Amino acid sequence: MWQALYEELGSHGFVPITVALDKDPEDARPYIERAHPTHPSLIDTEHVVAELYHLVNVPTMIWIDEQGRIVRPHDSQFGTDTFTAFHGKQSAPYLAALRAWVREGKGVLDPATVRSHQLLPTPETQLARAHRALAWWLHRHGRPEAAERHFVRAGELAPKDWTIRRGSMPIRGINPMGPEFFELAKEGVPLYPMETLPVEGGTSRKV
Amino acid sequence: MAIAETFTLIDGDRALPLRASLDGDTVRVEPDVLRDCTGWELKPEGLCQGDSCVPVRDRALLAGARGVDLAVFARALDRPLAIDVAERAAALGRSAASLCARLATLEAPDFSLPDLHGRMRSLSEHRGKKALLIAYASW
Repeated sequence: MWQALYEELGSHGFVPITVALDKDPEDARPYIERAHPTHPSLIDTEHVVAELYHLVNVPTMIWIDEQGRIVRPHDSQFGTDTFTAFHGKQSAPYLAALRAWVREGKGVLDPATVRSHQLLPTPETQLARAHRALAWWLHRHGRPEAAERHFVRAGELAPKDWTIRRGSMPIRGINPMGPEFFELAKEGVPLYPMETLPVEGGTSRKV
Repeated sequence: MAIAETFTLIDGDRALPLRASLDGDTVRVEPDVLRDCTGWELKPEGLCQGDSCVPVRDRALLAGARGVDLAVFARALDRPLAIDVAERAAALGRSAASLCARLATLEAPDFSLPDLHGRMRSLSEHRGKKALLIAYASW
């Protein structure tokens, strides 16, 4: 999907940068090899981007302009309709908005609106990331039982962060598509403040 | 006095091996070791890294004859600390306030990450283009 969009809009000065929040590059390999990307297609096993941008779920999209400024903060959007039956979101309006931004500069939010729609970390969510980092290190050093304590603690400290709670399931030997995931989903999908703004197909939203 | 033991301090992408004294849940390290590992040094002005210092509220609490208390050190820097004394390891996180301040500038934080071939790529390479950052995962 993103490769097709890159081929369509690359000449307009557009670049998609995909970041896989996976524990192992091998987990992301099938997705990347299927897409044959010529755009940057990166792997973030250490959750560097997850922390810097305070991501709490995937997929998450952020628009960054030519000057390196965030002009639409993190938002859960989809490039395809594969899971629309589950989350109810259509990809078409978002892709139309994206094309309008690249081609016509539409849809950019003013700085005050971007700031008021950013999700920001707190001391608790940052402590959760520290526990996750400790758990991940312990896991990779052959101490899965100790790691488990800190994955659990991280999830308690950041209950609304699926990069921690669902993202650690494959590390902990839990199926991220299995019963534990559906239990987690009952608590509600983590939301970004951007979700209060509807995406209107291809036009700048009134905010 | 507890005997110094091997301890690992995880700080970002570094896992720093150091010697620490353990006393219940308290982990203390020698000031010299802390300086060599983290770059932070206790000076009359406070805790300093190069020319930049943060004041220390309770110096006696931070550093005594038995070394620098890691938890008080993290608190002085406003950084979260996850400790596992039994496993002789701790992770020092990033300050929420500093991340918030950075996000409030609206300048997209730069990062370098590997692709599938291990080549490092940075966001800043794409300055001058409209970039769509897409985080996804196999889970």
